[in-house]
Amino acid sequence: MNKVLSNKKVIALYITPALFLVLALIYVPIVQTGYYGLMKWNGIGEMDFIGLKNYTVLMKDALFWKSALHSFLLALFSALSLIGYLFISIILAGKIKGADLLRKIYLIPMLLASVAIAQLWMKIYHPSNGMLNTVLMAIGIEDPPAWLADANLALYAIIIPIIWQYAGFYILIYYAALKNIPESLVEAARIDGASPWQIALKIKLPLIMNVIKVTIVLAVVGSLKYFDLIYVMTGGGPNGASEVMASYMYQKAFKGFDFGYASAIGFFLLVICLIVTYIIRRFTAANEDIY
Amino acid sequence: METVKPDGTPRIGKGLDTKLVSKPIINRIAYGIMYVFLVLVAVFQIFPIIWLFLFSLKNNQEVFNMSPFSLPENPKWENYAKVWTEGNISLYFLNSVTYTLSAVMLTVVLASMVTFAITRMHWKGSRLVLGLFMVGLMIPVHSTLIPLFSTFTNINLIDNPLSIILTYTAFNLPITIMILLGFYEALPREVEEAAVMDGASIHHIFFKITLPMTMPVMATAAIINMIYNWNEFVFVNTFISSNSFKTLTVGIQNFIGQYTTDWGAIGATLVISILPILIAFLILSNRIVEGIASGSVKG
Repeated sequence: MNKVLSNKKVIALYITPALFLVLALIYVPIVQTGYYGLMKWNGIGEMDFIGLKNYTVLMKDALFWKSALHSFLLALFSALSLIGYLFISIILAGKIKGADLLRKIYLIPMLLASVAIAQLWMKIYHPSNGMLNTVLMAIGIEDPPAWLADANLALYAIIIPIIWQYAGFYILIYYAALKNIPESLVEAARIDGASPWQIALKIKLPLIMNVIKVTIVLAVVGSLKYFDLIYVMTGGGPNGASEVMASYMYQKAFKGFDFGYASAIGFFLLVICLIVTYIIRRFTAANEDIY
Repeated sequence: METVKPDGTPRIGKGLDTKLVSKPIINRIAYGIMYVFLVLVAVFQIFPIIWLFLFSLKNNQEVFNMSPFSLPENPKWENYAKVWTEGNISLYFLNSVTYTLSAVMLTVVLASMVTFAITRMHWKGSRLVLGLFMVGLMIPVHSTLIPLFSTFTNINLIDNPLSIILTYTAFNLPITIMILLGFYEALPREVEEAAVMDGASIHHIFFKITLPMTMPVMATAAIINMIYNWNEFVFVNTFISSNSFKTLTVGIQNFIGQYTTDWGAIGATLVISILPILIAFLILSNRIVEGIASGSVKG
């Protein structure tokens, strides 16, 4: 039997096509990005090797650091919103009527294309005709802000739809994890006189800690590389007020045709994502891990 | 100490009584507050989409001069007819369907083969190969965008649907393998052992026995893939320049530019783009919910 199940040729046959695609379209490009980062290159013409110059310029690029700060702010708000999602899931996983329906309603924004979400929220934020300002004016606020055009507000105005978009996703993950907790454990605690609050904090949370860690990594890394809504809603504007690392990279490459510099940003982004993943996982180290 | 009340019931009994009665009342109030909170969250999640649907059936005058909560006076379904026939929306729609389905099928089949080889067959290095796929989950697509763009340009795959289908497949393989993994590991070994005893070849075991057994999880994985591919934006926006190859997400982005002031038309375009996924969700919501949960937690 072992002969059949350890046939090398068959293993190679089953693994190779997928492995080839992943190596060719994910791993090789990462190496190339690092390499292009050493070049002065407009994307079409000759490449000029300039060593680490792109990277040293990047370290001093105030606009890049501003966009990095925005990315980290987005990550911070996403991580904080996890607390809210967790709270909602704990209530939802208690014996609430219609929990199934509510959970499905929460999930709907997650199914929509970011482009559609971006367009929809641009309409909500529209200075004169949008839903938000129409309501604000109706309740007597005479001069509501032009949300996406206001340099102080644009980034936060985009963070809200992002939190809206992913709410159902994280609530669902927490809900599924909470529902996996054996009823007998909760029952035992209840008989011992634990309050629902204590049960949630002392029993349920520790039991789903692994899942919480995964969601922290997902939310933070996902935020660091976030792009779609920003690209459509503000293009990083006004005046860089909502620029994030990925949108800055995109702009440098496909609008500024500075592919070498953009590659350096792309490589730096990759390194940041991997380091942050490593740090979060180190901080929340556990014997059993998810991936 | 008087332990007996006028009506003769012991006081201690009354104490117990209040405890038994008042607790459910507090519980019911807490329950009510929580319920209201959950419903408010649901309204926040769903209302923008309802508003979108409402203004897709209005003309500008109704959008701008009436309350955003008002229903359209007489629904302007012609907004939909207009955007569907003008521009290339129907073509973008067809492209989205083609790319999504081709990539989903390719991904699910390839991921099944990998997962089978990793979980059901015995070989050194299977953990390493699995690790290679799993690290793929952490890699930002933006870090690969420029090399992919230049490579596709060099091998004449730029502005070619194949570049989209192949990148979708590559980037969805890790998550798909992750979803399949837990299910494959839980399959009983006896079935394969019996098949081997009966002299079945390994291909026979995979295609005729294991693959059919994994139908439910393949369906789940396929739906998750479908959502990702249908909504994908960056790759199409970067690799495709001809209108004839664009998908709905990129298409509507450009298309809406022509309708800067016609909110009804914009609304109709957006509703058309989200309708297929919403319908799929209404029909298959349990599978989608299951897939998202298992895709992100198990593995």
